[in-house]
Amino acid sequence: MRIVFAKGLLNALISMLGASLIIFIMSRLSGDPLSLLLPMDAPQSAVQAMRHELGLDRPMWDQYLIFLWKAVQGDFGRSYRWQMPAIELVFERLPATIYLAMAAFAFSLALAIPLGVLSAVRRGSWIDQIARIIAMLGQAVPSFWVGLLLILVFAVNLQWLPAFGADGVQHVILPAIALGWYPVAAQTRVIRSGMLEVLDSDYIRMGRAVGTPERLLIWKYAFRNALLPLVTIMGVYFAYMLSGSFVVETVFAWPGLGRTVVEAVFARDYPVVQAGVLITSILFVLSNFLVDLSYSIIDPRIRL
Amino acid sequence: MTVILAPTPVTVADAPQLPFLVRFRLKGTPWIPILILLLIIVAAMGGESIAPHDPNGLDLGAAFRPPFWQAGGSYDYLLGTDNLGRDVLSRIIAGARVSAIVVLYAIGFSGAIGTMLGIMAGYFGGIVDMIIVRITEIMMAIPTLALALIFTATMDPGLSTVIIVIVLTYWTWYARIIRSEILSLRERDYVAFAKVAGCGPVTIFLRHLVPNIFNTLVVLMTLQVGQVIIFEASLSFLGVGIQPPDTSWGLMLADARQYITYAWWGITMPGIAIILTCLSSNLIGDWLRDLLDPKRRQL
Repeated sequence: MRIVFAKGLLNALISMLGASLIIFIMSRLSGDPLSLLLPMDAPQSAVQAMRHELGLDRPMWDQYLIFLWKAVQGDFGRSYRWQMPAIELVFERLPATIYLAMAAFAFSLALAIPLGVLSAVRRGSWIDQIARIIAMLGQAVPSFWVGLLLILVFAVNLQWLPAFGADGVQHVILPAIALGWYPVAAQTRVIRSGMLEVLDSDYIRMGRAVGTPERLLIWKYAFRNALLPLVTIMGVYFAYMLSGSFVVETVFAWPGLGRTVVEAVFARDYPVVQAGVLITSILFVLSNFLVDLSYSIIDPRIRL
Repeated sequence: MTVILAPTPVTVADAPQLPFLVRFRLKGTPWIPILILLLIIVAAMGGESIAPHDPNGLDLGAAFRPPFWQAGGSYDYLLGTDNLGRDVLSRIIAGARVSAIVVLYAIGFSGAIGTMLGIMAGYFGGIVDMIIVRITEIMMAIPTLALALIFTATMDPGLSTVIIVIVLTYWTWYARIIRSEILSLRERDYVAFAKVAGCGPVTIFLRHLVPNIFNTLVVLMTLQVGQVIIFEASLSFLGVGIQPPDTSWGLMLADARQYITYAWWGITMPGIAIILTCLSSNLIGDWLRDLLDPKRRQL
C-alpha cells in the first residue's frame, strides 16, 4: 500500500512539474513581457535595468527554475488588473468554482443514478430508450449552449430563476444543470453496464431464489457493487468540470476561477492566467491521484 | 512414404479482409446522419456562393427579423436576422466552412502526429515509450480549455491558433489508443518475419502496422469531428477563437447572447447547427466502429 501511494504521488508530482514547464514555455512564446510593463518610449537603459531585475537576461532554463521556485512559494507576481498577488486572487475565486462543480456533480448523479439503474433493470423499456437518447445528446450538445437555452427558457421566458450572479441557492441551479449536463451521459452508461453485470451474478440470482425483495436486491446488493466503476470516472469528470467551468461561468457571470481566468486572458493579465491554469492543473492531477488511490482501496484486486 | 500434413486451421482472423467498400453493408446504414453531414459539407464547400445573402452584409433596417414561420418573418430571411440585420442562415453556411476547415486541419494533424508517436512508442518500447507516454500524461494533466486559454493568451487569436490548440490537445488521444494497438500488433509473427527478413522500421510501419490500425484510425477520426466542433465553438464563444470578420457558429452564439431577450432564434439556430453536425458525426462514427472494428464497441 505504501509503495502504491509513493508511486502514485511520484507520478502526480512529475505531471505537475511537466504542466508547470508547459505553462512556462507557452507564456514565454508571446515574446517580451516588458512591452506590457514599460511605456513605449522608455529609454534603452531603463529597459535593460528592468530586464536584469526580472531576470529576463538569463538563459531560459534558469528562468524556468526561478519561475518554478517562486511558484512553489505561491509567488506568481501581482495581477496587473486587480493590484493584488495573483495567487490570492485565484484562491479568493476558487471556492465559488468548487461550489458550482459540486452542485453540478450532484445534479448529474441525481439524474444518472436512477436512469442508469432503471434502464438496466428494465432493459429495452421506454426508460432505457430515454437513457439512450440522453447519452447520445450529452456528447453532442455543448454545455454553454445548454446554459444559453436554460437562460432563454427559465430566466427570460418563464422568469423562474435568475440568469446571472451568485447570491443564493436559486442562482446555482441553472449553471449547475449546464455544467452537469455532459457527464450525465457517461455516468448513466457506466452505471447501466455495471448494474447489468452485477444483476447477472450468482449472488443476485441466489438472493432472488430465496425471496429477497426486489427493491432490496437492486438498491442494496446490486447498486453498491455497480458504483465501483463510477468511482474511476469521477476523477475524469471532476477534471471536466474544472475545464467546463471556464465556459459555463462566463455564460452565467458566475464569480469563480474560470471566469476570472477568461477575463485575465483578455486583459493580458499573465500572472493571473498562469496562476489560475497551474492551480487548475494541480487540482486536476490531485483528483486523479486520489481517485486512483481510493480505487485501489475499495477494490484490492486493482493495483496502481 | 507419405507425409501427412496437418491441415492448417482456418480461423476468422486469418480470413483475408475484404476491401473497405465491399464490406459496406446497406442494412443499418445511418442515412439521415449521412445526409445531414453531406448537406453541411456542401454548405462548407459552397460557402458564400450558395448563401442567399452576404453573411457580413449589414442592413440595420432588417435587424431582428424573426424566422419565416413567425409573424414579421419573411421568406427572404428563412432563419431570421441578427442585431445588425445579417441573415442567420447565410452566416450558418459561412460558419460551416470555418468548422470544416478547422475539422480537416485539426484532425489531420493531430491524427498524423498522434499516430506517428503512438506507433513509435508501441513499437520501440523502452525509453522512447517512456518519454512519449510521460509527455501524453503531462499534456493530459492540463485541462484542455485551460491549455487553450494560456496558449491564446500569448498568441494572436484566429483560425490558425485554434487549429494549433486543438492539435496540441488532441494528439495525445490518438497516441494512447494507437500505442496500445501497436503493443499487441508488434508481437504478431508477420512483424517478426519482416524483421528477420531485414525490413527497416519504416517499412514495417508502413507495410505491416499502418494498414492494421487503419480501421481504428477511421473510427477515431470520425468520432473526433463532434468534439472538435464543440471545442472550436467554445473557444470562439469565449472570444479567443475565430475572430470577426470571419464567422463561426460559436462566434454567432457569443454575438446573439446579448440579445437573448429579443431574438430567441439568434442563439437557437447556430446551436442546432452544432448539435446536428455533432450528432450526425457521432452516429456515423458509432456505426463505422461496429462495422469496421467490432472489438472496440466499448470505446
